[in-house]
Amino acid sequence: MKKQMTRKEMPLGTVIDSPGCSREYKTGGWRNLIPVRNAEKCTNCLICWIYCPEGCIKVKDGKITEIDLDYCKGCGICAEECPVKGKAITMVEEKKEN
Amino acid sequence: MTNLQTKKEPGSVKDIKSARFAAMTGNNAIAEAMRQINPDVVAAYPITPQTEAVEEFADFVANGKVKTEYVAVESEHSSMSACIGASAAGARTITTTSSAGFALMWEMLPIASGLRTPIVMYVANRAFSAPLNIHCSHDDTMGGRDTGWIQLYSENAQEGYDNMIQAIRIAEDQSVRLPVMVCLDGFIISHSVERVDLLDDETVRKFIGENKPPYHLLNVAKPITIGACALQDYYTEHKRQHSEALINSKDKILQVADEFAKISGRKYGLFESYKLDDAEYGLVIINSAAGVAKMVVDDLRGKGVKAGLLKPRVYRPFPGKEIRDALKHLKAIAVMDRVDAFGAGRTPTFTEVASAMYGLEKQPLMINYVYGLGGRDIRLEDINNVYEKLMDIAKKGKVDKVFDYLTVRE
Repeated sequence: MKKQMTRKEMPLGTVIDSPGCSREYKTGGWRNLIPVRNAEKCTNCLICWIYCPEGCIKVKDGKITEIDLDYCKGCGICAEECPVKGKAITMVEEKKEN
Repeated sequence: MTNLQTKKEPGSVKDIKSARFAAMTGNNAIAEAMRQINPDVVAAYPITPQTEAVEEFADFVANGKVKTEYVAVESEHSSMSACIGASAAGARTITTTSSAGFALMWEMLPIASGLRTPIVMYVANRAFSAPLNIHCSHDDTMGGRDTGWIQLYSENAQEGYDNMIQAIRIAEDQSVRLPVMVCLDGFIISHSVERVDLLDDETVRKFIGENKPPYHLLNVAKPITIGACALQDYYTEHKRQHSEALINSKDKILQVADEFAKISGRKYGLFESYKLDDAEYGLVIINSAAGVAKMVVDDLRGKGVKAGLLKPRVYRPFPGKEIRDALKHLKAIAVMDRVDAFGAGRTPTFTEVASAMYGLEKQPLMINYVYGLGGRDIRLEDINNVYEKLMDIAKKGKVDKVFDYLTVRE
């Protein structure tokens, strides 16, 4: 996640002082849990890719490359749906700076 | 301390070039200030007892006396919305309201302050319904004291006029950028004719200067977004920034008052201290009733009673430390409000003053009265009774009943 501005760094009021900023707004900030994937256990069945409501499971050539934490809300659906015995994705508490 | 106190300097007005005197109601005086300010936009809706001010200003617009864009709206919710849009676009913006109109604006009030739009609003204080009442209580602005606006209270038409002009400077200052309410008592002041000392147009124009918004919507070279959403990740930082700006505005309010004294000969502070320095018994009372109370103070002083009075002018930011320093030597204090904070068992100003006293080793004894609701007259003898109660409390060294209504048929 991109470092968040302090109140002193923020522009006055609620102004966003440049256009096109929604691209920079990472909506993953309000989660408490993050998915952690065990690549050795993962069979790349892509069930998580199908179920993820935020499209955060990144796939290249039929294989999972990463989970996009900029937008992951920590809902845990990927871990819940993971069919691998003993789970290839587990949800763990995220340590936050503030 | 002297710069914290309102001191009228007799005769000094004569030294001010081109000063004019006029017989005006409070509403007239506010409309005249608005004409001299000549704002870019006024969006307002008439409501008793503020109506005359906005009506008169509409005349100025129709007769070409001002260059203002007057937006005729269908409600106060719309007037405040239009003002927020105009102010965000960089326009110098004013509106006016009372009571139910203020209540209808409510949703927009924290938006105006949260967006840091420097709108100036005149409020002729009026009671809330029910029962329906068009006269003065401070229900409206006291209810709105925590909406993030600066609040200036005015004893009479003169103070209303002076506060309007200063409010523009305070609101638009680069270090402040917050909306300001200028409050005076509906009917009691809004409709009573008094002598008002007026500044000439050029002096006002120079004093208020130009509005220089750091960001505005009409600057196509620098597109911005105003009013975006901020959730758990940024909302707290916005509120903290706003809170600090409001508290820090105190210094700017005093600085503007100093500059205003130079052009008007009238010196304002955070509050008015009336014969408080050596006082033993004091009142804390806002707006027009302070005028009546000062007469009683004079009368009691003539009888050798050390009476004094503190009249808050700047209510937000609340000058707690300064008020504590001004009151801490008193034996007994009565805090009086023209409003009840239902269910609190104390009125808003009592809560503020008592909180300011917190931590003092030796606190004055304090009592709290609700008075003058819905425009009920407060008479000299009523105030005198309060001072007698204070003397009695001081003599006994204890308070039997902190909170009560004054002049109520039980």
